[in-house]
Amino acid sequence: MEETKIEPGKLFLKTALVMMLSAALFGLLAALTYIYPDFLKESVGFTALRPLHVSSALFWIILGATGCVFSGLNTLTKKSKNNKVALLQWGLWILSISGIFISYFRKDFGGREYWEFNPIWALPIALAWILFLYNFFSRIKKLRKWPVYVWMWLTGIVFFMFIFLENYLWIFPYFRQHFITDMTIQWKVNGSLVGSWNQMLYGTAIFLMDKISGSKKAGQNKIAFAMYFLGLFNLMFNWGHHIYTLPTEKYIRLIGYSVSMTEWIIFLKIIYDWRATVTTIQKHYHYFPYKFIMASDIWVFFHVLQATLISIPAINIYTHGTHFTVAHSMGTTIGINTMILLAVCFEFLKPDTYQGTKSYQFLNWVFWFLQVFLLVFLIALMTAGIKKGLWQLSSNQSSFSDMMQTLYPYFVAFTVTGAGILITLAIFAFHLLQPNSKSKP
Amino acid sequence: MKLKARYTFFTLSILFLVYTGSIYLRPLRAGSMNSSKEAISGRIVWQKYNCQSCHQLYSLGGYLGPDLTNIMSQPGKGEVWVRAMLQVGPKQMPQFHLTEVETEELIAFLKSTDSSGVADPRNFKTSASGMIESNGRN
Repeated sequence: MEETKIEPGKLFLKTALVMMLSAALFGLLAALTYIYPDFLKESVGFTALRPLHVSSALFWIILGATGCVFSGLNTLTKKSKNNKVALLQWGLWILSISGIFISYFRKDFGGREYWEFNPIWALPIALAWILFLYNFFSRIKKLRKWPVYVWMWLTGIVFFMFIFLENYLWIFPYFRQHFITDMTIQWKVNGSLVGSWNQMLYGTAIFLMDKISGSKKAGQNKIAFAMYFLGLFNLMFNWGHHIYTLPTEKYIRLIGYSVSMTEWIIFLKIIYDWRATVTTIQKHYHYFPYKFIMASDIWVFFHVLQATLISIPAINIYTHGTHFTVAHSMGTTIGINTMILLAVCFEFLKPDTYQGTKSYQFLNWVFWFLQVFLLVFLIALMTAGIKKGLWQLSSNQSSFSDMMQTLYPYFVAFTVTGAGILITLAIFAFHLLQPNSKSKP
Repeated sequence: MKLKARYTFFTLSILFLVYTGSIYLRPLRAGSMNSSKEAISGRIVWQKYNCQSCHQLYSLGGYLGPDLTNIMSQPGKGEVWVRAMLQVGPKQMPQFHLTEVETEELIAFLKSTDSSGVADPRNFKTSASGMIESNGRN
């Protein structure tokens, strides 16, 4: 097969960055409808803005994870093999994303939450993933003594395929006929899909740690393998906390409760240990990758406590179905996944942005603004969530509409800080999408 | 490490498949809770108009509108209220212009969610272990 010059890893990462901008932009527009109920009501409306935001965010993570795996494999195998298969995979994604976006604007829905598009557009995604599986296996077959991140990539790719197909079982009447089972499978899928792309992203974070420090310590040590298996166990069984109130079998709730998000604690430890192994010169030349990985570590710390608490059923019934849950999902998506992906983007797309360069100081400020905006954004969501949680359990409940009115200041706060997140992410995206000025010495 | 990793990976994968299979077989074990044909079609109407972007079922879904699991039996709400909301389109909710058949199917679906259990968090009591138990229909 003839090789082309386009690097699939970079192509997927750049496409993912465009999706990140789309997610932030549609998120801001959707947030504005909380403040101005008539905003875009007669045109695109909230029913289309929300899926445009959520699907863009999902594609940012999935395409970004794909770009991470390709970039990592190119470094490991020292060659860019099967480019044409990868380009075909990319083409299928573009076809699917175009179809999904057009159908959203035309209000042609038909899917489930997070995947609201007509199931026909899932076909190119499934085909793209089959090509990815083929490409991945053809590249790793000669690799010996797999580091943990290869295991994590493999797990993420294989399980994504399985769970993505499971996501469409509702098409068969057998699964739709029993509402509670249908809901159980729907949320089993949503929980496990997160686990599958987390495997790809956390694997990439460990790969990046080895690359920056120039050692193989992070990818081969026992604690990393312990984290991998715990992550795999979570992927398989840690989705029950979504459905504590659903009248399903008790054992599903019990399994969900007993399996908490403990893999994050180990991830925290891995990054903390790795930090000590990075020299000043390595920090200098990998300034932003290092900084974003450390930021993801801080956000892991922030979310460990939050996630552990909302996994307890007695607390979960207060927070479930409130903006506290939104804070959890957005916090992990932006605070952990986006920070890892931006670290990867800086490492592979802009290796010339190191300490002391012209853009460094400005981007450093943008980095800190992003962290502050995100913190205030999450606090606003969590406070709104707690207030709604208390309303849900109060014996003398006011109307839903009155309760939403009391949350208005928090909606304003998350819209304003959401705009801040959009601006800071846009600055990073424009910088990362520009061609390199010079190569690293 | 490699051998152990493979062994653990396959053991966990088998456990996962067994667990998954037990969930897939649930409709066979609980035949009495099967939905009517109209309600099954109503779920498709729910998806077609993306009701889930604003509304929740068992607290799962969007955050802009109220949870609709038990809207059919809620005091002051019920079928007439749902029909009125669909026609008026209050606040951010658009007028969807559902056909008569779609309206009937959607109402059948909401009746079936109502009969499946109670979503109100006040319906649960907590135990010392942190687990929750339903007080009533669930």
